[in-house]
Amino acid sequence: MIVRISGENQYRLDGVDGRVNELDNAVVAAVEAGDEQRFRGAYDQLLAFVREHGAPLAEDELEGSDLILPPPDISLAEAQSEFTGAGLIPD
Amino acid sequence: MAGLTGRMSTVVKAKVSKLLDKAEDPAETLDYSYQKQVEQLQNVKKGIADVVTAKKRLQMQETTLQQQVVKLDTQARQALSGGQEDLARQALERKNVVQTELQSLDTQVAELEDQQQKLVDSEQKLRAKIEAFRTKKEVIKAQYSAADAQVRISEAATGVGEQMADVGLAMQRAVDKTENMKARANAVTELEAAGTFDDITALGSGEDDIDRQLKQLSSTSAVDDDLAKLKAEVGTGGPPAAAPQISAPGEGPAGTPASAGPAGGTAVADEEGQAPAEGGQE
Repeated sequence: MIVRISGENQYRLDGVDGRVNELDNAVVAAVEAGDEQRFRGAYDQLLAFVREHGAPLAEDELEGSDLILPPPDISLAEAQSEFTGAGLIPD
Repeated sequence: MAGLTGRMSTVVKAKVSKLLDKAEDPAETLDYSYQKQVEQLQNVKKGIADVVTAKKRLQMQETTLQQQVVKLDTQARQALSGGQEDLARQALERKNVVQTELQSLDTQVAELEDQQQKLVDSEQKLRAKIEAFRTKKEVIKAQYSAADAQVRISEAATGVGEQMADVGLAMQRAVDKTENMKARANAVTELEAAGTFDDITALGSGEDDIDRQLKQLSSTSAVDDDLAKLKAEVGTGGPPAAAPQISAPGEGPAGTPASAGPAGGTAVADEEGQAPAEGGQE
């Protein structure tokens, strides 16, 4: 699986889909609860996991990602707008 | 995966496929994609230039405010050496406010530095991907008849397309931050242009009085200047009777926009009552 951390890099991770999914769910729960601190902690954990277990792709590798994580410094408000449909990615 | 990551991935994929849909012939798709990529690279460069411009503007304001600090400090010294402690206090209060504003500018400049760095990194990454795509494009074109050409094109274009979306996001965030700061910078510039820092200093229109009084003070006390300076250096007030009579009347009630400033206003009023008494003691 290839995971991109926006504004950072793409990583190749294998055999850890379940764990990524769990961490992602924790992030979603924190966003839904509107809890900034919890969100920060959960998201940092997810990012750390990807960085630790993933091998960065070379700059000239042209691969689409299976998962794209928002920028590491995303705020809770931005994460919320991501769900409500406004989205982070501009046209 | 339906989480935050899933949503983000879906949005990006939709955008990339929208891009690819615009051309039907594979060779055309490749050229069209490449053209879009190069355009995006130009946009990033423009984005970086915008951030740098905004940053420079803030830095110029910093310079202006630093001069303001020096000026107010000088005025405070003059006032003190003229025995006008209340005026000195007001000048110092304003200096304080300007210094706070300076600190806030520092933070903003640092924030823009950060955005600039992110965009420069993004640009570099996108450039590398585009270069890889350009090479691959020619290879794919050469193998045009191959059955899997379409798949390869799609893969390659997705890889770059994603990077473009990523850069687009970085740009959007940089623009948002820059716009915020531009608005703020404009506000400060307008205040400067109006000749006052009313809203910032919370001293109301009385500030004009202060300026006038300080000016008057520095001119009327010119004769005793040397002596006063010397005394000020030593630490305490200036010449007793020589202090020009320009203190209270204007500034106290000058409250029109003083609503903007609670603490400053009262402090000023209190000070006026005390100042003459202190002058008399000397």
